[in-house]
Amino acid sequence: MKEIHVSDITSKVAELCIKACVVVSPDVRASMEQAVKIEKGTALRVLEDMIKNQDIAIERNMPICQDTGLTVVFLEIGQDVHIVGGDLTDAVNEGVRKGYTEGYLRKSVVGDPLRRTNTNDNTPAIIHCDIVPGDKLKITVSPKGVGSENMSRLKMLTPGDGIEGVKNFVLETIKAAGSNPCPPIVVGVGVGGNLEYSAKMAKQALVRDIGTKNPDAYLADLEAELLEKINALDIGPAGLGGATTAMAVHVNVYATHIAGLPVAVNIGCHANRHEEAVL
Amino acid sequence: MGEYRELTTPLSDETIRSLRSGDMIYITGTVYTARDAAHQRMSEMLAAGQDMPFEFDGNIVFYAGPSPTQPGMVIGSIGPTTAGRMDSFAPALIARGLKVMIAKGFRSDAVKKAIMEHGGVYLAGVGGIAALMSQCVKSEELVAFEDLGPEAIRKLEVEKLPVVVALDSAGNDVYDRGNK
Repeated sequence: MKEIHVSDITSKVAELCIKACVVVSPDVRASMEQAVKIEKGTALRVLEDMIKNQDIAIERNMPICQDTGLTVVFLEIGQDVHIVGGDLTDAVNEGVRKGYTEGYLRKSVVGDPLRRTNTNDNTPAIIHCDIVPGDKLKITVSPKGVGSENMSRLKMLTPGDGIEGVKNFVLETIKAAGSNPCPPIVVGVGVGGNLEYSAKMAKQALVRDIGTKNPDAYLADLEAELLEKINALDIGPAGLGGATTAMAVHVNVYATHIAGLPVAVNIGCHANRHEEAVL
Repeated sequence: MGEYRELTTPLSDETIRSLRSGDMIYITGTVYTARDAAHQRMSEMLAAGQDMPFEFDGNIVFYAGPSPTQPGMVIGSIGPTTAGRMDSFAPALIARGLKVMIAKGFRSDAVKKAIMEHGGVYLAGVGGIAALMSQCVKSEELVAFEDLGPEAIRKLEVEKLPVVVALDSAGNDVYDRGNK
């Protein structure tokens, strides 16, 4: 049994919030540098501005994008970990509060979706917890902008729709999203499970590093095919045309019911912020 | 692709009508920020027959809500938000005299129609290059709705803010390439 104090969780979450919003993750940067090599004209100019923006953000220690998102936090809690000193949810939210205040990040959360008063500290976060083997706590912070979140979709397909139905739904979603989610995007797809589980898988797919291969060869092929088809849509960087509409497509699957084939498509913008740490 | 054309606010009707979809523009001068909550309030004020918080006359509305300003800086990161959320409010504001909007992403047919009817223009910035765009902002002043925080209306003096003409007064749409 290992003890982890809530104050360590708070300070780590705060640090990850700031880093994710200010410093572009290496996988996103590498993917954009690749895209620069194949684009020309307006698309090239847009990508060059995106890279320049990433450099200015680091240099001036300011967020890459003014929309520093609704903070999504994934916790993988080892079953041999004992969290001490307070409440885990409070500790995470305190970290978000600290990170967004000290990091001069935008507070974009309203406390109630219908009455809409800003909470002024970007809390509460969206927290997903999984209990896993071991005595570590892995924290992944993904500040998620809502320009791209609003263009995400979920559909309850049925078994007869099959893999073609899944592909069509992904492509329709990206086509309808067009310029809005700030392409080049990362596309997270969750197939199977049930309503909420497909959405969670799609979100988790976004925090996988660009350039990592899906260990399941069948899904790796599906990802490659979808990426090629999405990039043939000519939406391009900032939606102004070009061959780089998406930097990656990541697909997660899970068991489902004999009557079901849920599909969720979660779109991440060109910043696709994600940072992780292990305590 | 052509070179950037430099324009200074306020934009005359003649200048607005000369802009063509796809033109690259640097904006220098005054822009006013307003996004979701500010649009909600402006439409309520409009419906109640009240004055707008600022004059539209040739001025530019920038759909944006900056991140907080750090000590020693003019403004935090700032960039265009998605235009579509303002589409339900925009036609009434355009009818009231608003001619130039900066945001990102495609517009509705109703906005396109209003722009054509009243000789307006919709300019698109690249979303998510907000650290870069913040460097174009030379001064910032609160105008209205302070309680809305990042959604308050702010008057900004900008220098060479990079945008592209997305929707011109003739109805040509840069996003209209078989998909939106």
